Amino acid sequence: MKNSNHTDFLTGFVGLMAYWFIGELLVNLLGVSLPGPVAGMLLLLGVSLLRQRVAPSVAQASHGLLAHLSLLFVPAGVGIMSQAALLAEHGFGMLATLVLSTAVTVAITGLTLKFLLARRKPEPRQP
Amino acid sequence: MNVLMENPALWLTLTVAVYLLAERIHVRQDRSALTHPLLLSVATLVPLLLLSHTSYARYMESARFIHLLLAPATVALAVPLFANIAHMRSMLRPLLIALLVGGTAGIVSALLLGKLFGLPHDVLISFSPKSVTTPIAMALSEKLGGNASLTAAAVIVTGILGAVGAEHLLRALGIKDEATQGFAIGLASHGIGTTRALHISHKAGAFSGLAMSLNGVFTSLCLPALLAIWPF
Repeated sequence: MKNSNHTDFLTGFVGLMAYWFIGELLVNLLGVSLPGPVAGMLLLLGVSLLRQRVAPSVAQASHGLLAHLSLLFVPAGVGIMSQAALLAEHGFGMLATLVLSTAVTVAITGLTLKFLLARRKPEPRQP
Repeated sequence: MNVLMENPALWLTLTVAVYLLAERIHVRQDRSALTHPLLLSVATLVPLLLLSHTSYARYMESARFIHLLLAPATVALAVPLFANIAHMRSMLRPLLIALLVGGTAGIVSALLLGKLFGLPHDVLISFSPKSVTTPIAMALSEKLGGNASLTAAAVIVTGILGAVGAEHLLRALGIKDEATQGFAIGLASHGIGTTRALHISHKAGAFSGLAMSLNGVFTSLCLPALLAIWPF
């Protein structure tokens, strides 16, 4: 039993890698500036929507990878150490940009959705 | 000593160990956005690297084994997105319009405000995908001529800002519906915001997760085209 679980994870992992590779392949063939892994994600989403299910092995591998997703950003995050000069010069402008842009994004999204939902007729409750 | 310092096991092990410790502290602090494990890990590892005179390039020689897993993890994001879409079919139309408007506002506001504050061009590109989940944002930034590390930092700061401030802002604007609150938080501040939205309610968390995934897709499709026609 334990063995088959391990095999499942590996099968799912290979599946994810294959979607990544096919994504890279398509992006290169079509010459679009979409990142390969994102193309792979869109492909997996499309296939899942068509089949109306996700293969259990792929779901298992995804769960495993996404459980500690933050760990995978650490190597890139540490790269901020190479940006000390930029941070010293533009630190305030960067922070101000992020604060204001985040506020604008939250406000516009919230107000748009509020407006759209208020216009909708109240739906009958599903039995 | 030098042989040990150059062994890839050293920084690989330290990275995972520091992360596990950071994750524990984060859980103990009731998952407060201010103790996000990525923030704590970077704040611990950078001083260690500086003290040991290790360059980022040398660190990456060993840490790239972790970095490499980002690609299959990005593909894996399709699984929660598929689950969320199936749950919210009946409301999909207003949600998609809000995605279109809000997602565009996220990109354009970062580009305009960054320009206003005099940020260099490559910083603007690195900041433009700041509202979407880190793996997608980093991949986009790299592909479009930005700096992936700068993008990772911008994404994390955006997430923390959304987690700490978005709920107050939405209340001040008179938005009390939990689904709307969750959707706005997740669209603007991805996974870190979603963790916060789950504290509001399960419903807010689900809509936040959906918005995060949808904006990841929307931004990856729209950002390359938008930057190509961006006049500044």
